[in-house]
Amino acid sequence: MADRSDDDLDDYIDAVGRALGLPIEDAWRPTIRANLEVSLRLAKLVDDYKLPDESEPASVFIA
Amino acid sequence: MSSLLDPAEMTATAIAQAVASRKLSALDVLEAVLARIGARDGVLNAFTDVIAEPARAKARAIDAAIAAGQSVGPLAGVPFAVKNLFDVQGLVTRAGAKINRDSSPASRDATLIERMEAAGAVLVGALNMGEYAYDFTGENIHDGNSCNPHDTSRMTGGSSGGSGGAVGGRLVPIALGSDTNGSIRVPASFCGIFGLKPTYGRLSRARTFPFVASLDHLGPLARSVEDLAASYDAMQGADADDAACTTRAVEPVTPFLAQGIGGLRVAIAGGHFQQHLFPEAIEAVGRVAKALNATEVVEVPEAARARAAAYVITTTEGASLHLDRLRTRAHDFDPAVRDRLIAGAMVPAPLVDRAQKFRRWYRARVLELFKHVDVLIAPATPCVAPKIGQVNFVLDGVELPVRANIGIHTQPISFIGLPVVAVPVPLEPMPIGVQLIAAPWREDLVLRVAHALQQMGVAAAPEPKGL
Repeated sequence: MADRSDDDLDDYIDAVGRALGLPIEDAWRPTIRANLEVSLRLAKLVDDYKLPDESEPASVFIA
Repeated sequence: MSSLLDPAEMTATAIAQAVASRKLSALDVLEAVLARIGARDGVLNAFTDVIAEPARAKARAIDAAIAAGQSVGPLAGVPFAVKNLFDVQGLVTRAGAKINRDSSPASRDATLIERMEAAGAVLVGALNMGEYAYDFTGENIHDGNSCNPHDTSRMTGGSSGGSGGAVGGRLVPIALGSDTNGSIRVPASFCGIFGLKPTYGRLSRARTFPFVASLDHLGPLARSVEDLAASYDAMQGADADDAACTTRAVEPVTPFLAQGIGGLRVAIAGGHFQQHLFPEAIEAVGRVAKALNATEVVEVPEAARARAAAYVITTTEGASLHLDRLRTRAHDFDPAVRDRLIAGAMVPAPLVDRAQKFRRWYRARVLELFKHVDVLIAPATPCVAPKIGQVNFVLDGVELPVRANIGIHTQPISFIGLPVVAVPVPLEPMPIGVQLIAAPWREDLVLRVAHALQQMGVAAAPEPKGL
């Protein structure tokens, strides 16, 4: 994942918020951004660990 | 009452024996517990609902059954309470939230309540919790904070905060809680009691309010290992009303508690589990390891990454659960919970899928480890209970947020559904817990080890001070 600025993340939050129909007030934005930064940092830790293409997710459906 | 001991101080097992042998009546026990709740809950704020009259009716029925010579079950007359995300017939299931108070009262009890009562236990009420279980502190802006029975200026831990406070504060001998990332084990650690998070799928979650379906577990908290085992045995069994509930046969653990630890291979979890610890957590793990003659340190592969993946799955599945409420009632959430959930809704889907793939990889590596080890020892929390409202702590010279870091040692374990007992080590002035971890479906092993530690006096639920 490329480096990003606060403005990039704010733009992303606005765009996804609109796409999902989520109301986001300006006063909430710093905390939402801070939480999203933590989630993306932790997700990157997982993303960085390369697994084989054949890896199955834990949530495999059994018919 | 013929006992010299206040029934409110007794363990569940002792109560059941006294009631079954007619040394105490179930109604006497219940009245003692209701009096204790009345005396202490104003300080602890553990209960959101007390159902005194239905409980009295059940206690009288148990006494009548005993008088008639009928069988009353292994938990006869044992009062218990449940986190308020369990459906209790006639009560609104709050799940710690303001929004859910607009729901209709539950029409039927949760499966686990039905099973506890079928074993003779008596439900006395519902317990405080963090909003929607997205919490490690026991704080709640709608119902007020749960307070730690050993120092009421400190957190109970969460999200089963009222469950920890009610058992540690000796209001009830057993409480039921839920554990998605540590919400039984953290309050057990902070409140100085035993907590069992069983294998994922072992206990039915039917008619409880969910948080993260692929990570949610239910289990008991108690002041003795025998009480954990007795309640766990009473609650096992398949349930078609929970899609994740196992169809494995019931495997009672109580008969094996006293088998001791001879022949068991016990090791200390290394790497991630030996980092980010305050001195008290190191001391507690050391005491347990010494008592069990455990010297081998075993690396749990990629545990920090597992914790990260659990975090990602939690925030995204939680966001999905609450998406409609976030759209329509955002102002009625605790702002801290709302902002975490909104952020969770914004994590790109490929990253969640990768977390689920990592989960399967990690599970396979850890199961490999259990071919050589029976029970792993790990800290339950990095520290004793922080002060209520404390935002940061300084660990290894770095200032870190309390809320996000309380569960760093519990999350990599529940992530793959392993059975865990959190045992209390009675340090002064505050207790702290240690996790005993086994392979899936081996609750018997962790409870045997916990029982041995209890027999040695290394693990014990200390009396609350100043209540």
